[in-house]
Amino acid sequence: MNFTLKIWRQKNGADKGGLVTYEVKGISPDSSFFEMLDMLNQQLIGQGVDPVSFDHDCREGICGTCSLYINGRPHGPLKGVTTCQLHMRSFKDGEAIFIEPWRCGAFPVIKDLIVDRSAFDKVIQAGGYVSVNSGGIQDANSIPVPKHDSDASFDAAACIGCGACVASCPNASAMLFVSAKVSHLALLPQGRVEAERRVQNMVATMDSLGFGNCSNTYACEAECPKEISVANIARMNREFLAAKICAEKEKQISFSM
Amino acid sequence: MINLNAGAPTGPLAEQWTSYKSGCKLVNPNNKRKLDIIVVGTGLAGASAAATLSELGYNVKVFCYQDTPRRAHSIAAQGGINAAKNYQNDGDSVYRLFYDTIKGGDYRARESNVYRLASISPQIIDLCVAQGVPFAREYGGLLANRSFGGTQVSRTFYARGQTGQQLLIGAYSALSRQIAEGNVTLYNRRDILDVVLVDGRARGVIARNLVTGEIERYSAHAVVIASGGYGNVFYLSTNAMGSNVTPAWSAYKKGALFANPCFTQIHPTCIPVHGELQSKLTLMSESLRNDGRIWVPLDKADVEKLRRKEIKPTDIPEAKRDYYLERRYPAFGNLVPRDVASRAAKERCDAGYGVSSTGLAVYLDFSDAIKRLGREAIAARYGNLFQMYEQIVNEDPYQTPMMIYPAVHYTMGGLWVDYELMTTVPGLYAIGECNFSDHGANRLGASALMQGLADGYFVLPYTIANYLSAEIHTPRIGTDLPEFETAAKGVRDRISRLKNTNGKESVDHFHRKLGKIMWEYCGMARNEAGLQKALGLIDDLKAEFASNVRIPGGLNEYNPELEKAWRVQDFIELGELMVRDALQRKESCGGHFREEYQTPDGEAMRNDEEFAFAGAWAFTGSSTAPELHKEELRFETVTPSQRSYK
Repeated sequence: MNFTLKIWRQKNGADKGGLVTYEVKGISPDSSFFEMLDMLNQQLIGQGVDPVSFDHDCREGICGTCSLYINGRPHGPLKGVTTCQLHMRSFKDGEAIFIEPWRCGAFPVIKDLIVDRSAFDKVIQAGGYVSVNSGGIQDANSIPVPKHDSDASFDAAACIGCGACVASCPNASAMLFVSAKVSHLALLPQGRVEAERRVQNMVATMDSLGFGNCSNTYACEAECPKEISVANIARMNREFLAAKICAEKEKQISFSM
Repeated sequence: MINLNAGAPTGPLAEQWTSYKSGCKLVNPNNKRKLDIIVVGTGLAGASAAATLSELGYNVKVFCYQDTPRRAHSIAAQGGINAAKNYQNDGDSVYRLFYDTIKGGDYRARESNVYRLASISPQIIDLCVAQGVPFAREYGGLLANRSFGGTQVSRTFYARGQTGQQLLIGAYSALSRQIAEGNVTLYNRRDILDVVLVDGRARGVIARNLVTGEIERYSAHAVVIASGGYGNVFYLSTNAMGSNVTPAWSAYKKGALFANPCFTQIHPTCIPVHGELQSKLTLMSESLRNDGRIWVPLDKADVEKLRRKEIKPTDIPEAKRDYYLERRYPAFGNLVPRDVASRAAKERCDAGYGVSSTGLAVYLDFSDAIKRLGREAIAARYGNLFQMYEQIVNEDPYQTPMMIYPAVHYTMGGLWVDYELMTTVPGLYAIGECNFSDHGANRLGASALMQGLADGYFVLPYTIANYLSAEIHTPRIGTDLPEFETAAKGVRDRISRLKNTNGKESVDHFHRKLGKIMWEYCGMARNEAGLQKALGLIDDLKAEFASNVRIPGGLNEYNPELEKAWRVQDFIELGELMVRDALQRKESCGGHFREEYQTPDGEAMRNDEEFAFAGAWAFTGSSTAPELHKEELRFETVTPSQRSYK
């Protein structure tokens, strides 16, 4: 198969950047999208041109390193897969493919197609954990968890932190990512103890990092490679509200005393 | 030759770890604050160690090449984590897990370490559950288990097909909490290119900032390498593209011994290679062998028709199928250990029964399980794996059997460590897959996650105190010492040499060539003549790389080709050491199968008289041959026998 590629090239964060056109020929339909880009890069190295930089690592859809808008869609045309799991058989022979980095104020471009997603780490650092130290823990089966809750928690925990939700959102909101983490822990008895503090801190940090607000377009759910549900956002809003009301009540009680 | 001593405590095996902990030195909280520890890598071992050491009060600097610690390749582990909980009441115990691991490793691991690992395993599950890891559960709310290869009990805990990701998120969460508290400093997008020794002790590292290209220096009172395995020496493997041996290799070049490099694990159930441009192989979890049956046609005529696509596998009747694992190993059937299953697949394909157009594939068939349990039950167990398979191969495994073939997956060899997980360099530790300690010549499924977390959460935090207790009077180490200057200069010089080669071929060209040599001559089966030939080929490749590699782009910017060049150069040197190790080990054991040493029915033939040792290599210089040292393995609790899964 042959393709015309229109790829975003940008030397570094300060560079303005722009689309550059390349041609690739003789690609097997069984090649993955990245194997096609590997082939382009081999071609460019042969010509003495700086190859295209893109983020990738496990190439089996679990590490969450890869990104890319492919023809305007995060992780390309298929539902429920990451870019690294995309194969060229999903494209038409001779097609022009637009490849761009994710665009969001909180994810600045580092080079070409690579963006900096460390804002996600900061959100987790604000409370995405259960505060237990290694050691001195009770037997695992002393905390029974209803299978239904455990499965729902797993569904939320399946998030790979790739940032497609932010990339797909017209407001660049990180609500799906943050709510998935909040839900994962809020659904388990182990995570309930700190649930109120957690949701408030994580939301406050999210707001401070330049992510936009949620206006319920559900684009995030549609583009999420792990098909994380927007029900998590509703759950987070409920958790957040409950925590706020609780905090207000406590304030009133302490005033009246 | 030195006789290496692991320094394990004396006394009965079951009491050694307890007695070690009672006797090992401690560091008081005020002094911990004054001590710095560097951790290289943020997989299960690195992240769990960094988090735990920080909880204890040490200052930790943690490094990863990825953009965030949560992406380390532990994340890709699918099937599960073993623990001797005996929740199923099916006869499991610490001793049984210890025994299975020693036997599965073909009696080439150290008893004291393996027993400790088995005894710690239940605590790992307790901690992970407390962290909020959503393990699979039964309707009663208690934890579920499944069985895995090489065992006859169900002791594997799992989180659908992504146990690694869930455990890593647990460790990453714990690490994030410590980062927020200010006890851990995270350095992401960094390659560690050298280990710095001061007065013979590990005191720091030289890093390259992958975004700016800057060469940076970091110091500490102790250095912990947790950089994972070296499977990418084969070019095609199930490892992540960035997985590399570089931090471990720089430790080796600074005097740490590298043990059993030829012990590599070829995983039996991976998606077969599709073509020349392939960049990586994808694993299908071993847990699939719980319900899938492996077969090839009995009849070569059927094989021919399958290859020409004239018939479908489902057209072949039961009587004309060869379920070769069930035939050869009736006691364990499809659940034989990985090395045995891989060799059996190779044997059938070499005999001409491989089913794909390349002749390098066998079937993994779920039709019986779907008939017995229903499609829904199978989907609940393996849904995401089936989806992944369909995505890659474009065939529906609910309808037609999967095609699988063995691929490089894990490396049992690594930096030699003593009972305390310290290498032969004082103050330099190695944990997780990058050390050699627990899996002998073959690792059992679901044991890698167990080992990484045992080392990081529960072993190193004790043993490192035994060393650091003597360091409380050592002030913070300055990075302006001449040792740091020399190491940084060495790194800058090597980078300039790479860049200034200005040759014609890309890094990938060399990596692919190396992979072919290693797979052909040092892969699933090895022999004297092939290994000798490989030595010559690697020598040529080394010279060609040094004179003909081309690295575009600048040095002070994001430059993935430069990163790869450094890593591949290290892999070429490692490849040579692997071949030397495979040559010296004139026996077959576990993943190391020397064709000259096999039983009449094709099973691996160990030689305990001469080879019951860990072979640990010392670097002696870039133009001289490495020197072999031995750690004799003494089996006081189990009696080595020929492994039988029949």
